[in-house]
Amino acid sequence: MRAVIQRLVQLVVVLLLVTAFTALLLDLVPGDVTNSLAPVSTPAQRQELRHELKLDRPFLTRYADWVNGVAHGDLGCYYGTSGYTSAKTCPDKVADRVKDALPVSLTLMFYAQLLALVIAIPLGVATAYRAGSLFDKGVNTLAFGLLAIPNFVLGLVLAYYVGVKLNWVDPTGYVDFGQDPVAHFQQLALPVISLAVGQVAVYMRLLRSDMIATLQEDFVTMARAKGLSPARILWRHALRPSSLTLLTVAGLNVGALIGGAVVIENIFVIHGMGFLIADAIVRRQYVALQSYVAILALGYVAVNFLVDILYAVLDPRIRHARAVA
Amino acid sequence: MPEPLPETADVPSSRAVEAGVQTLTLETTPPIPVVVEKSATKKLGIVGWIAIIWIVTIVGSAIFASLLWIPRPDQKFLALAGDGPSLAHPFGLDSIGQDMLSRVVYGARASLLVSVASVLFGLVFGGILGLIAGYYRGRIDTLLSYTFNVFLAIPQLVLALALVAVFASDPAVTVGKRELWLVIAIGLVSIPIIGRITRAATLAWSQREFVLAARSMGAKNRRIIVRDVLPNVLPAMFSISLLGIAVVIVLEGGLSILGVGVPTSTPSWGNLIATGRNELTKIVGAAPQVIFAPSIVIFITVLSLNYLGDVVRARFDVRDSAL
Repeated sequence: MRAVIQRLVQLVVVLLLVTAFTALLLDLVPGDVTNSLAPVSTPAQRQELRHELKLDRPFLTRYADWVNGVAHGDLGCYYGTSGYTSAKTCPDKVADRVKDALPVSLTLMFYAQLLALVIAIPLGVATAYRAGSLFDKGVNTLAFGLLAIPNFVLGLVLAYYVGVKLNWVDPTGYVDFGQDPVAHFQQLALPVISLAVGQVAVYMRLLRSDMIATLQEDFVTMARAKGLSPARILWRHALRPSSLTLLTVAGLNVGALIGGAVVIENIFVIHGMGFLIADAIVRRQYVALQSYVAILALGYVAVNFLVDILYAVLDPRIRHARAVA
Repeated sequence: MPEPLPETADVPSSRAVEAGVQTLTLETTPPIPVVVEKSATKKLGIVGWIAIIWIVTIVGSAIFASLLWIPRPDQKFLALAGDGPSLAHPFGLDSIGQDMLSRVVYGARASLLVSVASVLFGLVFGGILGLIAGYYRGRIDTLLSYTFNVFLAIPQLVLALALVAVFASDPAVTVGKRELWLVIAIGLVSIPIIGRITRAATLAWSQREFVLAARSMGAKNRRIIVRDVLPNVLPAMFSISLLGIAVVIVLEGGLSILGVGVPTSTPSWGNLIATGRNELTKIVGAAPQVIFAPSIVIFITVLSLNYLGDVVRARFDVRDSAL
């Protein structure tokens, strides 16, 4: 319990640091959002707009305002020429955009991870079991090749051949599952594959090397001596203790993918978090950007936290070591 | 984006340290005979040589591009616009008749310049911080490791995107200035990654007997770091830089697609793909070579760098456990 509280405190500190850093960075920016909001205006009008948007206040006050808002569930407002006074009168709430974009990003990330793991785990187990064989070498070489394909290259090539040339699917856009399940999967197939391919290679290689090490352990010899079938040893006894590194990296990727799919979301015109972030950066919507970064960082830290707990579930040795300590 | 060194990815905090120390002490006992295929990757082998030849060719042609027998990258063969590969133009031409081979060769300049410079940037700062954290341990290590972790909680692409967009997205900005900001942005986001790897290696090496010996002879900390620890940590840093250069080449491509890579007036592999992207949406008369030429070159380069990085790492591991 103490460890949990400690981690929670840590989580809040990390979030504050990350967002403070973002805010500070954005504060250093040369140029001014009012130029793009009201291109044709007198300096006095701009000054007034800046005042309305509360941009003329000192940095710390604005940051404190933002933190206070987030703590009360108000993610802020997109700057507009009408000015922004409070969340109630805000015409373009950050929270509304997040409500639309976050499920899209989570869906994309979930499918990509699922696909990657479903392919990588059997391959990792099989190559570890047959380490050194022709099959192992073939799969490894293939994985090595896949690692070197940038996901945007894969995305563009897939969009061109499957989307434009063969005309099987519309290469852009997103359809909600509830709206039309078939179209949902059709639309997401290409971006999910583009994101998953590189991960398959990473996961497979990680699992393989951990699994090879586990197969040297005494308890595996013991299981073999008992006469258990190789399949049972591999899947029931060896997989669990071998999956820790895989779990860690997959966890980190979950956090990274929520926002890290920026390029893929851009190519396939999927309005997820990555798309929002890129848009907010280009349009200098700093309050929005700050909230997005906070959400991503929260996701990243939270997933790490979960992975840490899962460690203990997966490996009894860690669980017991903790109980003793 | 793939983690540059997945094997060393975050095993949260203190456990990683314990694990590192543990393997170190275990290594003095004879290791369990593992089905290790390291002997296969230890030697450079034919693939390694091919990789080296490819990298040398790329670097050489990037440096001496203007001496090569190829058209200027902005020379237009209007009659041949959009044509596929031919003898005179082995990579074909883009939709306004520019030779793709030439554009890819000149593009290597910007891509390699940005990636090597930003990795060097990250290596210098991340390396120094990592050495300090790993060698002195204690409070300074806690502080630095914590900072690294905080920075890693921001997706690297987003951070780099924000930095470049914020400081150099103005269309009037010069190519040189944009490249400089790319280098700074990508260099900054690579500091925590390189820093953590250097720290882990330093942590293990600075507990070896020869460090103790040097200390007992009265050597100063700085001397021990530079003379005893650094040479042993360098292979790990070299390996991560090779992988890092590959990652940055891809990262620059991603940033180009988002519109904040190297400006299109100077070809880079990334912006060639980004510009060629519009070509693919054409239903009739698309010239896919504008995407494929730079993509294939990126692929082979990344593959070569990954392979060489792995070879260096394998060698370094062998040396480590042979002691």
